[in-house]
Amino acid sequence: MCDQTFLVNVFGSCDKCLKQRALRPVFKKSQQLSYCSICAEIMATDGLHENETLAALKSEAESLKGKLEEERAKLHDVELHQVAERVEALGQFVMKTRRTLKGHGNKVLCMDWCKDKRRMVSSSQDGKVIVWDSFTTNKEHAVTMPCTWVMACAYAPSGCAIACGGLDNKCSVYPLTFDKNENMAAKKKSVAMHTNYLSACSFTNSDMQILTASGDGTCALWDVESGQLLQSFHGHTADVLCLDLAPSETGNTFVSGGCDKKAMVWDMRSGQRVQAFETHESDINSVRYYPSGDAFASGSDDATCRLYDLRADREVAIYSKESILFGASSVDFSLSGRLLFAGYNDYTINVWDVLKGSRVSILFGHENRVSTLRVSPDGTAFCSGSWDHTLRV
Amino acid sequence: MSSGPSVSALQRLVEQLKLEAGVERIKVSQAAAELQQYCMQNACKDALLIGVPAGSNPFREPRSCALF
Repeated sequence: MCDQTFLVNVFGSCDKCLKQRALRPVFKKSQQLSYCSICAEIMATDGLHENETLAALKSEAESLKGKLEEERAKLHDVELHQVAERVEALGQFVMKTRRTLKGHGNKVLCMDWCKDKRRMVSSSQDGKVIVWDSFTTNKEHAVTMPCTWVMACAYAPSGCAIACGGLDNKCSVYPLTFDKNENMAAKKKSVAMHTNYLSACSFTNSDMQILTASGDGTCALWDVESGQLLQSFHGHTADVLCLDLAPSETGNTFVSGGCDKKAMVWDMRSGQRVQAFETHESDINSVRYYPSGDAFASGSDDATCRLYDLRADREVAIYSKESILFGASSVDFSLSGRLLFAGYNDYTINVWDVLKGSRVSILFGHENRVSTLRVSPDGTAFCSGSWDHTLRV
Repeated sequence: MSSGPSVSALQRLVEQLKLEAGVERIKVSQAAAELQQYCMQNACKDALLIGVPAGSNPFREPRSCALF
C-alpha cells in the first residue's frame, strides 16, 4: 500500500480573477483567500515588489532627511550671539516676588493669565482649578475637577471662561459667573475627547475654539459650542507635552513639543506639519513663541532651552550651563523678547539673555520644582507655579 | 510579518519630507538680525527689562493712602 498524501484541490472561483480554477489558499494581511495558481504567482511577485518599495522608500526618506540637514546647514553662516555682540549687555537684575498665592492643596501644574493682566487661573494635582486676582491675591472662583492631575488650564480671551483637563482625557470649559449661588461645575461643557491624558490646552483668538495636546501623540482643534473636532494633527511619535499658538499677527500656526524630542510647527487650517526640529536630547516640556512670531523657544529635560528660528528653519541658540543639571519645565519670553524666563526642576528660575545666550539672573524662592511659568500679557510681571503648592508673581 | 512602518506610512513620510525640504529659508545672519531688531524696538516697552517706577508698579506693596 502506498502512503500518499493527496493535495485536496478546492475547485471554485478565484478571489482575484474570478475565473473557475483549482484554488490554493493564500494569506494576504492575515486574511485567508483562495487564489488560482496564476493569481497566486502574481501575488508572490507583488510581495517582492512590496518589499522593494519598502526598502526604496526607507532609503529615500533617509536621503531626504540628509538633504534637509544639508540645506539647513548651508544657511548657517553665523551664530545668534555673534550677531548680538554689538548689543549692550544687560545690567544686574533685581526681581522680587511680589505676591505669593497660597491655596492649592497640592502641586500646582499649570497656570494662565487673563487678558486683563490681573486675573489668573491655575490648576493642581488634587483636581482643583482656582481663578485668582493677582493684585489682591483673592480667590475669585474655585472648581474641583472630577479627575486628579489637571495638567492643563487656559483662560478664554474674553475672560468669561476657563478650560482645563488632565487625566480625564478631556478638556472641559467652565463659564465664569459671579453669581454666588450658581455652581460652576453644573455649567461645565466637555469639549475635547482624547484617548490619553490632556497635557496642554489653549484658546485660539476667540472663545469658540480650543487647541489641545495629548498623551496620545496628537493635537486637535475643537469647536467649543458643538464639541466637534475641527482638525487633528498627527505626526508626533510619542506624547505631546506642550503647545503654543503663534501671536495673532503672524497667522494660523502653532508649535508643539513632545516626548519624541521633536518640536513641530503646524498649519491650523490644513492640519499639515510645516516644519520639524529635532535637536533636543530629551522630552520637550515647554514651547513658547517669540513675541514677533518668527521664532520659538523650547525647554527640555536635557537641561537646555533652545531657540529655533522659523524662517531660517533651524536652531539658532542654546541656553545651557554645565552647572544646570535639571530639566527645564516651562519657558516664556518677556514682552520685547530679550529675556527668556525658564523654570527648572531644581526649584530655580533662570533668566537668559536671548540674544547673547548668557544667563542674566537666577531666581530662588520656590521650595519644589517649578512646573509652570507665564509672563503677564502686558509684560509687567511673570507668575511661576510650583510643586510646593504656591504661585509667585 | 511585523516590519516597522508600512508602505503607506513611509510614503506619507517621504511626501512630508519633500515638502519640508522645499521650504523657503533665509540665512541665519538675517534671521538673527531681525530678532535683534525686534528686541531693540520693543525694549523700551518691556517692564521686566527696564523696570517700572515704583509708583506705577501694579504689584507694589499695597500702602494705605494718607488724606490731608
